[in-house]
Amino acid sequence: MLESSIGGDGLQSIPALLRRNAKSIANAPAYREKELGIWQSWTWSEAEKEVTDLALGFMNLGVGPGDFVAVIGRNRPYLYWAMIAAQMVGAIPVPLYQDAVAEEMTYVLSHCGARFVVAGDQEQVDKVLEIQSELESFEHMIYLDPRGMRKYDHSRLHAYNDVQEQGRAASDKAKAELDSSISALTYDKICVMLYTSGTTGKPKGVVLSNRNIIETAKASSEFDKLGKDEEVLAYLPMAWVGDFIFSMGQAAWTGFCVNCPESAQTMAMDLREIGPSYYFAPPRVFESQLTTVMIRMEDAGRVKKALFDYFMAHAAKYGSAILDGKDVGIWERIKYSLGEIFMYGPLKNTLGFSNVRVGYTAGEAIGPEIFDFYRSLGINLKQLYGQTEASVFITQQPDGEVQSDTVGVPSPSVEVKIADNGEVYYRSPGTFVEYYKNPESTAETKDPEGWVATGDAGFFEESTGHLRIIDRAKDVGKLADGSMFAPKYVENKLKFYPNILEAVLFGADKDRCVAFINIDLNAVGNWAERNNIAYSSYQELAGHPKVLTAIQVHVEEVNQSVARDKMLSGCQIHRFLVLHKELDADDGELTRTRKVRRKIIGEKFEDLVTALYDGSKSVYTETEVTYEDGGKGKITATLEICDVPVATGSTSMAAE
Amino acid sequence: MRRSRGNRVNEHGSGIEGEQVKDTATNYVTEDGRTIGGVIMEMKNITLRFGGVVAIKDASFDIHEGEIRAIIGPNGAGKSSMLNVINGFYHPQEGEVWFRGEKRPSMKPYEIAEQGIARTFQNIALFHGMTTVENVMTGRQLMMKKNFFWQMLRVGPALDEEVKHRRKCEEIIDFLEIQAIRKTPVGSLPYGLQKRVELARALAMEPKLLLLDEPMAGMNVEEKEDMSRFILDVNDQYGTTIALIEHDMSVVMDLADRVVVLDYGKMLADGTPDEVQRNQAVIDAYLGVEH
Repeated sequence: MLESSIGGDGLQSIPALLRRNAKSIANAPAYREKELGIWQSWTWSEAEKEVTDLALGFMNLGVGPGDFVAVIGRNRPYLYWAMIAAQMVGAIPVPLYQDAVAEEMTYVLSHCGARFVVAGDQEQVDKVLEIQSELESFEHMIYLDPRGMRKYDHSRLHAYNDVQEQGRAASDKAKAELDSSISALTYDKICVMLYTSGTTGKPKGVVLSNRNIIETAKASSEFDKLGKDEEVLAYLPMAWVGDFIFSMGQAAWTGFCVNCPESAQTMAMDLREIGPSYYFAPPRVFESQLTTVMIRMEDAGRVKKALFDYFMAHAAKYGSAILDGKDVGIWERIKYSLGEIFMYGPLKNTLGFSNVRVGYTAGEAIGPEIFDFYRSLGINLKQLYGQTEASVFITQQPDGEVQSDTVGVPSPSVEVKIADNGEVYYRSPGTFVEYYKNPESTAETKDPEGWVATGDAGFFEESTGHLRIIDRAKDVGKLADGSMFAPKYVENKLKFYPNILEAVLFGADKDRCVAFINIDLNAVGNWAERNNIAYSSYQELAGHPKVLTAIQVHVEEVNQSVARDKMLSGCQIHRFLVLHKELDADDGELTRTRKVRRKIIGEKFEDLVTALYDGSKSVYTETEVTYEDGGKGKITATLEICDVPVATGSTSMAAE
Repeated sequence: MRRSRGNRVNEHGSGIEGEQVKDTATNYVTEDGRTIGGVIMEMKNITLRFGGVVAIKDASFDIHEGEIRAIIGPNGAGKSSMLNVINGFYHPQEGEVWFRGEKRPSMKPYEIAEQGIARTFQNIALFHGMTTVENVMTGRQLMMKKNFFWQMLRVGPALDEEVKHRRKCEEIIDFLEIQAIRKTPVGSLPYGLQKRVELARALAMEPKLLLLDEPMAGMNVEEKEDMSRFILDVNDQYGTTIALIEHDMSVVMDLADRVVVLDYGKMLADGTPDEVQRNQAVIDAYLGVEH
């Protein structure tokens, strides 16, 4: 950790921290990116030069204080620099999701009135050009990868290198102007604006100040003792607040190195090569990695498989305890070290987790089996709870106090309280300034005292003091008989089965619950292969009777487990169907961060929901789908509906 | 797909400009604004026989520098034979092949490759046990000047040379977006990706003229779209002249600047996609005629 007193040294912005790093740790690596098969790296002083050149180039183009600069593309050092350069000249960076379709982009770009866009490649440039007639304030676009754009009209298009070149040629006067612009960046200036993915309605622009980002980066770095020697892999969307805190805030504060993968497809290999010491991934990533490991172990030789099973069983018993520093017998420890040599070490190496010192997962609930699997390998995986409005951190788990079903204790300098209706509120230095151009929503979310409603329902566990989240507060509804309906709670239980990718539970104001299930093509496809089940499409596999039987067994198990919880025993699934298509963000069924949009799904597949309630045995349906290139098509299917026996609370009690 | 093929369809829509193209001996401008250079290759009255079978009969056409030229025709029309003549694998009994202003004597295929003509194959012809990058590197073999023993030692100048060529290959790997399979043996890759690796290997030769034998055969719609995009990008970025054989008519009509139609070894038509589509002889050959 770099020693410096905050605020006093004028370290109130990321550009200021960048300049400090360029002096104090000039030759330490700041950014790396794999390009042409080789890791290219930039030291802090090199990075500072690049950013300064770009900032001067920005000034030359007319970027000024208060302008919004949209940044669209995959994680690349150049785009992080673009964000810092924008801050340097007093502008506000607005990173966007790179897989957003043109319409979504139109809303965001016109909402913030972005005058400038920095785009990663032709794909992004094309999207912006397509909608430019609808963007009143849009003036110039800067692109990174020139491929395919040689013949484009360059009156408003500029190559990144050219902008930097012009910056290098800038006059001393311009340089002085930039210096004064940087020193004018105080804690109260806007650091970044991030659009929330919007589980409901239009995305909202969350305005975060320098105070929010830097105080949060400082507190969270201290919490986990992050230093300048950490390695992180920046692979999560740049538009997401987590990436901003890790790759911009914490990186600038502690001076650690941000590594960018070569492409989305090479992520797994790049992860292995970098071996990050500080790693963040949503549960989905851990889930799919575990699924891959398990599938490959199924195909492994008998000796290997037996060794794997033996040592994994040992790890499951003692791994977490050893990690938490609890009392474990010497013999067990020896056996665990043997396992480390034969199994855990190589496995961690394959997954790219050999050096992970602090790992976090958040965003969704993680399956206890998945969570325990990684921890038992000796990976210090923890959970945190946060949101964009809080600059990520609300609660997190300290080392040695990790549980799979809680999200930890309040982060340093964060206050948390639970309202009467169970909703979680917090107040912290990271609390956002406002929603841009949306005072009503700001007032709804944040009260004058600074308490912010999370929209999540939860409670503190009395024994541990850890927070436990049940569901979205507004999703927690009532069944017709008045008992509690917490769909996420049940869906998560379903999703913990590798075969099930997504589940959507319906039942608010109804007498019983029904569900849509999405199978995981990877897991189920592999199972089908091993069992000689032929299929030609996702749809056919999803409708296969044997698949339905397998899913039925999972649903029954979930019902039994739900029945054990007195408060939620009404949420058992009476009937379900397996959807004929994968729920997709392109069709609006999921958010870009892959959260289920229950209401939209309910409306879109209204015929299916009706069929689930009216007792019919099967249902014919037509669905419109959007292809990756934006084209639309229609798929039709006849879906079978399965009835599931419901466990009663008392019988399962008796069984226990 | 980044560059929409749809636009090009529209651009080809007006036939008037197309007719002007036909008589132009040297430079011409395509409908989408690209300037096409002079003739790079000319086939004059080619006749190719295998014993009594006449594969190509008195066919003449030219390929301009920088254009995308398609050769189409029903099964057995002599398309692949034509590509093999261009490529020097077959030697026609009659006729002349002119390349870059010189009449080409009978040559071995590798000599022709040295002249800057590269190709891909209808049935993928990669080294299956080798990785993608190794396969692509074989495309540079002709340019590697150090001999076998130097390469085995892999030190000093030989290493410098390899690094230089590897860089070029990596650029192509990046261009075709196959970084993720860089170290994967090609035998284990799906068909669409193997085709892409083959294209990468051909590009590694930095060819003047690139011959593609059914680049989209057996691909699904998405793979075809990707491949179309790469062909357009190669043409655009490196200015490579491309001659391709393809069965998918919509692909040909969208991609090609000019099209030659063969049927039973004879030339039926030669012109822009639009002209060719309207040509009665072509329609008859594809749809059949009442007798």
